[in-house]
Amino acid sequence: MQSRRDFIKTTAVTAASLAAVGPLSFDSSAQTIAAPSADPAAIEIANEALNAAKSAGASYADVRVGRYRRQTIATREHQISGVTDGESYGLGIRTLVDGCWGFAATSTMTRAAARTAALEAINMSRAARAVHKHRIELAPTARVTGTWITPVRRDPLDVPIEDKIALLLATNEAALKVKNVRFANSGLQLLREVKTLLTSEGTNVTQTMIRVGPSFSTTAIDGGDFQTYEEEIAPRGLGWEYVESLNMPGNAERWASIAGEKLTAKSVVAGTYDLILEPTNLWLTIHESIGHSTELDRAIGEEANYAGTSFVAPPEKVIGQLKFGPAIMNVQADRTQEGSLSRVAWDDEGVPADSWLLIDKGVFKDYQTTREQVARIQKLTGVSRSHGCSFAESWNAVQFQRMPNVSLLPGTADIGVDDIVKDTQRGVLIRNRGSWSIDHQRYNFQFSGQAFYEILNGKIAGMLKDVAYQSNTPVFWNAMDMIGGKSSYWLGGAFNDGKGEPSQSNSVSHGCVPARFRNVTILNIARKA
Amino acid sequence: MASQARPGTDAGTPLLTREQAKAIADRVLMLSTAEQTRVNIVSEWSGNTRFADASITTSGGITDTTLTVTVTIGKRRASSSTNVLDDASLKRTIDLAMRLARLSPEDPEIMPELGPQKYSDVNAYVRATADLDPETRAAAIQRAVSASSAAGKPAGSIFSAGFLEASARAIAVATSSGLFAYHRTTSSEFSMTARTPDGTGSGWASSGARDWTAIDPSAIGRIAAQKAVASRNPQAIEPGMYTAVLEPQAVTDLVPLLAGALNARNADEGRSPFSKTGGGNRIGEKVADERVTLYSDPNDPKLLAEPFDNTGLPIARTVWIEKGVLRNLAYTRFWAQKQGKQPTGSPAAGGLALVGGTKSTEELIAGCARGVLVTHFFYIRALDPRTVLQTGLTRDGAFLIENGKITRALKNFRWNESPLLMLNRLEEIGRPELTAAGRVMPALRIRDFNFTSLSDAV
Repeated sequence: MQSRRDFIKTTAVTAASLAAVGPLSFDSSAQTIAAPSADPAAIEIANEALNAAKSAGASYADVRVGRYRRQTIATREHQISGVTDGESYGLGIRTLVDGCWGFAATSTMTRAAARTAALEAINMSRAARAVHKHRIELAPTARVTGTWITPVRRDPLDVPIEDKIALLLATNEAALKVKNVRFANSGLQLLREVKTLLTSEGTNVTQTMIRVGPSFSTTAIDGGDFQTYEEEIAPRGLGWEYVESLNMPGNAERWASIAGEKLTAKSVVAGTYDLILEPTNLWLTIHESIGHSTELDRAIGEEANYAGTSFVAPPEKVIGQLKFGPAIMNVQADRTQEGSLSRVAWDDEGVPADSWLLIDKGVFKDYQTTREQVARIQKLTGVSRSHGCSFAESWNAVQFQRMPNVSLLPGTADIGVDDIVKDTQRGVLIRNRGSWSIDHQRYNFQFSGQAFYEILNGKIAGMLKDVAYQSNTPVFWNAMDMIGGKSSYWLGGAFNDGKGEPSQSNSVSHGCVPARFRNVTILNIARKA
Repeated sequence: MASQARPGTDAGTPLLTREQAKAIADRVLMLSTAEQTRVNIVSEWSGNTRFADASITTSGGITDTTLTVTVTIGKRRASSSTNVLDDASLKRTIDLAMRLARLSPEDPEIMPELGPQKYSDVNAYVRATADLDPETRAAAIQRAVSASSAAGKPAGSIFSAGFLEASARAIAVATSSGLFAYHRTTSSEFSMTARTPDGTGSGWASSGARDWTAIDPSAIGRIAAQKAVASRNPQAIEPGMYTAVLEPQAVTDLVPLLAGALNARNADEGRSPFSKTGGGNRIGEKVADERVTLYSDPNDPKLLAEPFDNTGLPIARTVWIEKGVLRNLAYTRFWAQKQGKQPTGSPAAGGLALVGGTKSTEELIAGCARGVLVTHFFYIRALDPRTVLQTGLTRDGAFLIENGKITRALKNFRWNESPLLMLNRLEEIGRPELTAAGRVMPALRIRDFNFTSLSDAV
C-alpha cells in the first residue's frame, strides 16, 4: 500500500523530472502492438506451485513463468560471424518460511514438476533457518492484475533476419571504404521477455518487455599501430523502428573515419585537466559511481562478497546528509521513462514502477529498494513502499534488488556541449565509453573513452589518444561545475550489467547531459611492448 | 529432503545420461533435413546458497536442459536453441535454424561438421559435488561463519558474507557426420568476505574444485577473518612501482586474461601482442621469463577440463608458453587449415595452468626486501590490446612487506599492468596450486608492478 505522503512525493518527482527531461532522439509514440495475456496453461501450472507452497507452510510465495526469446547477429566485414536464436521457458518459485527465503526453478512445465519445485524451495527455506539472524519482512504492496507491453510499432524478433543482416553488412561495407580501416564489426542483440508473476497475495500480471541493442566497431591499421573505435549506440527498450532510425549504414563511414584519425592523434600528456564528458561517456560514469553506490543491498553488506559494499553507508549517516555533488546535481531513479531499458509496469514483486530522486540538489536522499529492504530505512526516508527494484534475469534466477534507470537531470540553462567547450581554457573532451573499472566501495574509478579531444582557449585544438581519467567519486562529482540543459539530454544504457551470486544480468538506461569537471587526473595508458 | 530424488544423483537424476543425450540428439538428426546438422546439449543442475551478516539471504536449485541445433546448407550455417524438448518444439527449433541458414549469406570460411573423433576419458564428475543439498550447504556455511567469528574476535564482532555453489553438467555434441561426444563434470566453489566492525578491515578467501570434499569451509572462514583483522587501519603509501607478491588467487584473476591474446588469427593479422612487426606471429620467440610455462590440458588431474569443444573437436594438451618461449597460438579449424597448422580449440578450453616454481607464498614473502602483498584483484578491465594492458584494484587485504616480513596493512591500490609484460619482470614463481575448477596457478613475485593510485575502499 502506498501512503498518501509517498504518493505526493512520487507524483511530484515524476512531474518535475518529466518536465525537465528533453525529448528522446526518436519518436516512438505510434504504438500498434497490444499486450498479450498469460498462457492459461502456464497460469494453471503456476497456481499448482503456489498452492503446493502454501500447503507446505509458506507464509508468502511468488511464481514467475518466463518465456525468453533472444536473437543475436554478429557480422565482420563482408560476412556473418554468428547468428543465434534461442528460446528459454520455465518457472521459478520463491517461498518464505519462518522469515527465510527459498527458491527453485525448473524447465519442465508440468503440474508435477511445479509441485516438486515448490517443495524444493520450501526445503531450502527450512534449511536456511540454520543460519538465520535476520527475519525477512515484506513491505506491503497492493494486489495488482493486468498486462503490459513495451510500446513498439514493430517487434524486432518479427523482422525478417535478411533485413537485419543486410543492414549490418551495408554498415560494414560503408566503414571499409575509409582509408586504413581494415576491420568492421556490427551486431544486434534482441530480446523479447514474456513474464507472468503470481503471488500468494493475489497479484497476477503478465508483461512483455522488448529490448534492442545494436553495436558497431571498427579497427584501422597503419605503420605498426592499430586503433579501434566503437560507436556508442544506446540499447533501448524500443522496437525495430528505433534501429531503423539510427541509419547505421549512412553513418558508418563517419564513424570509421574516427578510427583512422586516431592513428595520427597526439598521445596525451598526462596531467590535470578540466574534463568535459559527453553524455555518450558520462552515462557509464553515472552507472558505476552513482547507480551502484546507491543500491541498498550493497550499503548493508549483502553484496560484500562479490560486487562489494558502498561508500554511501551506513544509511543513518548518509540519508539527507551526504553531499554527493554540487547543488546543480539532481539524480533521478525511475522505471517509467519511455525507451529506457528498465521500464516496466510492475517489478518482479508486483510493485508498480516508480520514479524518485536519489540525489536532490547535490545531497543524497534515498536508495534503490525492494519490499524486504523498506523497513531498513523507512524511518530515515519516510517512504513506506518499495521503489520497485526487484528483478531476476530469467525464470531460473531468484529476484533481488537491481538498478533502475538512474539519470542526471538537465540544468536550468539550456546550454550544450559547445557552450561548455567555449567556456573551458585547457581541457580534454571525451566521447563514448572505453575501458571502465571502479573499486568495490565505488570510490576510485578509471574510465576511458573512444574519441578524445584537446581543448585550448575555448576551442577543440585536435585529437588525442591513449587517454583515461581517474578520480574518486565524491571528489569527482563535487568538481562538476557546468552541465547541459534539456536539449542536450541523451539516454545511454547497458544491455548487460552484472551483480549477485550466481551473477545475473540486468539492462538499465542512464540519461544525462554533457558536464564539466574541474581538475581531473588524466593518464596516458600507452605502454611499450 | 530425504524423501526426494535429488538432482545429480544416479537415481532419478535430471542430468541426461549418455544414452538419453544420444537418443535426443538422434531424434534431432533424424528430424533435420539440412545437408549437415550439429546438436549441442547442455543438461545442468546447480544448487547455491548465499549469506550475509550471519543469515542465508538467498538460495536456489535450478535444473535445465538446453539444446542447440546448428544446420548447414551449402556454405550457409545458423543455429537455434530451445529448452523445450518435445518433438513439436525440436521441430520448430530445427525449422528456425533452417530458415536462418537459408537467409544467411555464404560464409567463405565455413568448415564441414566433424565426423567421429577419439576423445580422452576425463573423469571430472564427483558425486559428492552433484549431491550437495541445501542442508549440507547450510551446515558448511555455519562452520565457515563460526570459524570466521572465532578468528575475527580480536576485531570484535566480525561481519561475514559469502557464496557456495555446486553444479553438475552433462554436455553432448552430435553431428550428421557420425560424431557423438558426451562428458559429465562437476564444479564447486566457496568464497567468503569478512569485514571488521570498525569498517577498516576486510579479508577474503576462496576455494574451487570439481570435488566438493576438497574444499574446507572452516579454513575459508578462518583465513578471511584473519585477513580482515590484519588489514585494519590501512596506511597510505605513495603509489608507484613496487615489487608485488601476488597470491595464487590474484594470479588467477590476472594471468588467464592472456588466453584472449593467444588467438593465432589476430596475431597473424597484426592485431595482437604476438604479432610480428612486418607480418606473421611470434611463435618461437621469447615472450616471458624463462621460468614461465603456461599450458592447457583437459587430462591433467588437477585441471580435468572438458575434452572437446562445442564443435566436437578433441582438446589436447597445448603448451602456449614453454620456459618463456611462445610455442603455440590458438587456431580455429579454418585458420589452422589456412596456415597449415593443427586446430587447438580456444585457449581456455582445456583449463589453464601456470607452472615453473616450487616455493610457497610464505617463501616468496620471506625473499622480498620491500614490496606489496596482494590477496586478490577486482574489476579488471582491458586498456590496450597491443600489450594486454589491464587496469584493476587490489581488494580484501594489501600488505607492506619489509625485510621478508608483513609489517602493516596498506590502503588498496588501483594498478595498470599487463599480465604479459609482468611475466618478463618475474623475481620468483611459486608452487602451482588448484585455485578454481580448471585453474592451477602459483604465487608470483613481480618487480616494478605498476600501482597507479590509491583507493579509499575497504
